[in-house]
Amino acid sequence: MTATPRPGDPVITPALVAEHGLTADEFERLRAMLGREPTFTELGIISALWSEHCSYKHSRPVLKTLPTEAPYVLQGPGENAGVISIGDGLAVAFKIESHNHPSAVEPYQGAATGVGGILRDVFTMGARPIAMLNTLRFGSLDAPRVRYLVGGVVKGIGDYGNCVGIPTVAGDVMFDAAYEGNPLVNAMCVGVLREHELIRAKAQGVGNPVIAVGARTGRDGIHGASFASEGLSEENEAKRPRVQVGDPFTEKLLLEASLELIMSGHIVAIQDMGAAGLTSSSAEMAERGDVGVTIDVKKMPVRETGMTPYEILLSESQERMLVVALKGHEQEVKQILAKWDLNADVIGQVIAEPVYRVTEGDHVVAEFPGTRLVTDCPQYHPEAREAAEAVTRRARDVNTVPEKPEEVDPAWTLERLLESPTIASKRWVTTQYDSTVRTNTVLGPGDGDAAVIRIRGTRKAIALKTDCNGRYVFLDPRVGGRIAVAEAARNVACVGARPMAITNCLNFGNPKKPEVFFQFRESVLGMGDACRALGTPVTGGNVSFYNENPQGAVYPTPTIGMVGLIDDVRHATRAPFAAEGHTIILLGDNTTELGGSEYLAWIHGVVAGAPPACDLQGERRLIDALLAAIAAGHVASAHDCSEGGLAVALAECCVSRESRPLGAQVDLSAWSALPLRALLFGEAQGRVVVSTAKADALLAIAKAHEVRATVIGMVRSASAGLIITVGTRTIRAKTASLSEAFHGALPRAMQRAAAEVVERDPALAGGTR
Amino acid sequence: MKFGIVSFPGSNCDDDAVFAATETLGQPGVKLWHKSHDLEGCDVIVLPGGFSYGDYLRAGAIARFSPIMREVAVHANRGGPVIGICNGFQIACEAGMLPGALMRNAGLQFLSMPVTIRVENTDTRWTALCHEGQRLTMPIAHGEGRYTVDAATLERVEGEGLVVFRYVDAKGEPTEAANVNGSLDNIAGVRNASGNVVGLMPHPERALDPLLGSADGRVLFESVLAAVHA
Repeated sequence: MTATPRPGDPVITPALVAEHGLTADEFERLRAMLGREPTFTELGIISALWSEHCSYKHSRPVLKTLPTEAPYVLQGPGENAGVISIGDGLAVAFKIESHNHPSAVEPYQGAATGVGGILRDVFTMGARPIAMLNTLRFGSLDAPRVRYLVGGVVKGIGDYGNCVGIPTVAGDVMFDAAYEGNPLVNAMCVGVLREHELIRAKAQGVGNPVIAVGARTGRDGIHGASFASEGLSEENEAKRPRVQVGDPFTEKLLLEASLELIMSGHIVAIQDMGAAGLTSSSAEMAERGDVGVTIDVKKMPVRETGMTPYEILLSESQERMLVVALKGHEQEVKQILAKWDLNADVIGQVIAEPVYRVTEGDHVVAEFPGTRLVTDCPQYHPEAREAAEAVTRRARDVNTVPEKPEEVDPAWTLERLLESPTIASKRWVTTQYDSTVRTNTVLGPGDGDAAVIRIRGTRKAIALKTDCNGRYVFLDPRVGGRIAVAEAARNVACVGARPMAITNCLNFGNPKKPEVFFQFRESVLGMGDACRALGTPVTGGNVSFYNENPQGAVYPTPTIGMVGLIDDVRHATRAPFAAEGHTIILLGDNTTELGGSEYLAWIHGVVAGAPPACDLQGERRLIDALLAAIAAGHVASAHDCSEGGLAVALAECCVSRESRPLGAQVDLSAWSALPLRALLFGEAQGRVVVSTAKADALLAIAKAHEVRATVIGMVRSASAGLIITVGTRTIRAKTASLSEAFHGALPRAMQRAAAEVVERDPALAGGTR
Repeated sequence: MKFGIVSFPGSNCDDDAVFAATETLGQPGVKLWHKSHDLEGCDVIVLPGGFSYGDYLRAGAIARFSPIMREVAVHANRGGPVIGICNGFQIACEAGMLPGALMRNAGLQFLSMPVTIRVENTDTRWTALCHEGQRLTMPIAHGEGRYTVDAATLERVEGEGLVVFRYVDAKGEPTEAANVNGSLDNIAGVRNASGNVVGLMPHPERALDPLLGSADGRVLFESVLAAVHA
């Protein structure tokens, strides 16, 4: 059989090929593969499968350098989600994915469907989702457009996750002008499963039926994958139709039905119809199973009339699954779906012949030889060259940045830093997310440096956190990549968890630009360094290129989603100080480093200097020491030093629990030789502030692990405030002022947005609850 | 005592309610499918939280027409204990089992946070072991929890002691600041005239274990257990 054009198909011209995002070389490759001219439908299929989003054509060779193995890794990269064993016959499936482009043009639906997609990636592994996280990056909150985006994205995430009933428990939100035109929306989902119930999206068994399940197919989101594979411009407003529309209620039904289906034993494989919809799900399942597949688009349940094969194949309508069932079990599959008021229609078959064939009734509209449609894509090794600007910025001596007059009182600086939206309490965001549904949330948003979710039926818990400081990566990609992993690991260690594995979401600009590809390659190498040193393999993730607009690219932002394991949930440790009278100990050492700091960016508008050094062996010892001390019951609180440095970390330990603030008296005279602002606000890595009732025992453990540990003070009552002595200098801040700065900043900024949001988009003011 | 937890399409706190019955109370607990006409001999009915039918049209508006709701009404009319939690409270109001209605939160935002509520009435199957004025801390997670009722009914609700819970501050005062969703008279939960049906927006089934921050919700479930045994 061979594919022939349909009546009405447009003529394939070089312009049409270019419109589909294929280069002349790629088109030639397609023609050579077919041995003839492609049909319009085939051009559409290849344009989606060979888009950056689906094919990883610029990133694959670099990604291959990442470590992916450990004895407990059950599923590494290449599946819908990674899976690790946590013992007791249980496993955790997790994955992070971007939805940046849709969120930039339609924040509410863009973010909501991002949540929906990642949920499906996890439950198609046979895992019940138990937690969601998200990494958000926005421009400056001074811009009304940014406030509109923040409001829409947060509401979109909340409405979707809340309705499906999966708690959103952690994440990270940062603001910087570099993200002004290109917000980043990365959603992570985590699920649990019994190891033996793990299912893979691998089509198998000649004669087995291919079944479309869930929502009907419409014309929404056509070419979403290609859309996500180009830069944003003014014209993107016109691409709103490429953004899909989510229905979390259907998702909830689909979740329950899919899990029931997997447990029933009637199916062999299941995959989300996500990016590039039916095309990529069917082609990827066939490729993993190394089998042929044939699909009749006429059998696909559609919600609009007159849809062409091209449209049906490329639609990204949400809440749909593709299932390969056991032959003869079709009725059982339909019955399970019917219970949940959902459709199940047989649309094709697994075949012995190694082809990927699409028919419209009897008419073959697309046929590709072989079973490796996705990986037969060309691979690129773009040029990589560091931008001169990055070199210049990194080389700048930031100690010469003149202080502002107000900085004569560092307490002023501290309060301003606590008001920085990147540092300030994210309560305005997190109260919009249901964080307690499913009744397993031991530590939720703001409670600790990572979220802690208990695993029912065991004493175990998992710790979850996302992290990435894009500014560090911008200034030094290799170091920034290492820090992203190290910080995420440190954060899960602070709550008492052993870092286990990561998923990553690599957000960059256009990889064809040498300076962007340099950032990509170097930061992935840095990430690999850290993953090897800390024993946290990569189990999968997602690459999002083309996060740029005519004004430039975003900071290179390789987000890390870390999963850690706590053997005994009673050891889950909070970040804020626990009680008056506890001794405060600093694990790690202070340095002169000030480069890349939030202090420089927020107070001085300077993004320069070398980011802090990352000593990976030191980080490993720190994590080991911390975990030993926590397991021994010696740690009352633990909080790492990150954006804003030691002074901000101490202030957060005092006031982050708004209902029960405390004070502290701290003496940093041991470091009085350091420049004061580097000591207080520099972001040297490998530091954790702990409080304890058993200082001696804790110091002994630190010593045994060769980790520097210094008693720096005592937890006091709130009325004492935060007092920091450095030699002859004493800095005093009132607890109430610190608390007001930390907790008040984001609500104040967003209150200004409320009226604007209503004005811009009345639908956002209403919406579902 | 057997607990029946109704699963509507879109319910997402039904598992949590089952755990409350089985793990916390050590009682049998089963899910009751919305299309069913059989309460399967359950002594206690829980209408759980979630987004039944996606909250499309209006929270709880479609769920009340589910076949099982007819049986739940019969059970309630016979004096059988029923609790509606969050979306279940909305459904119970829509079904006319409880007075009032739940509107969009005053701040227009979904709110997920721990709140403190004060027990106003102990003459119910669900608060029998509480003392009046007792303060309980438990999570809320809703976008449409602003309790409202017409003036005449409010007079009856307040006059007949049908208010079971109010949002209060740390000192136990029903202040405006404590009234997070803008409910009329800080009302967080109400009962029917016989006291066997109670509805509330906060989630007692999420407050059963100190590990998760609060065990204050236990007293509601222990009350119904004690009352049925009595």
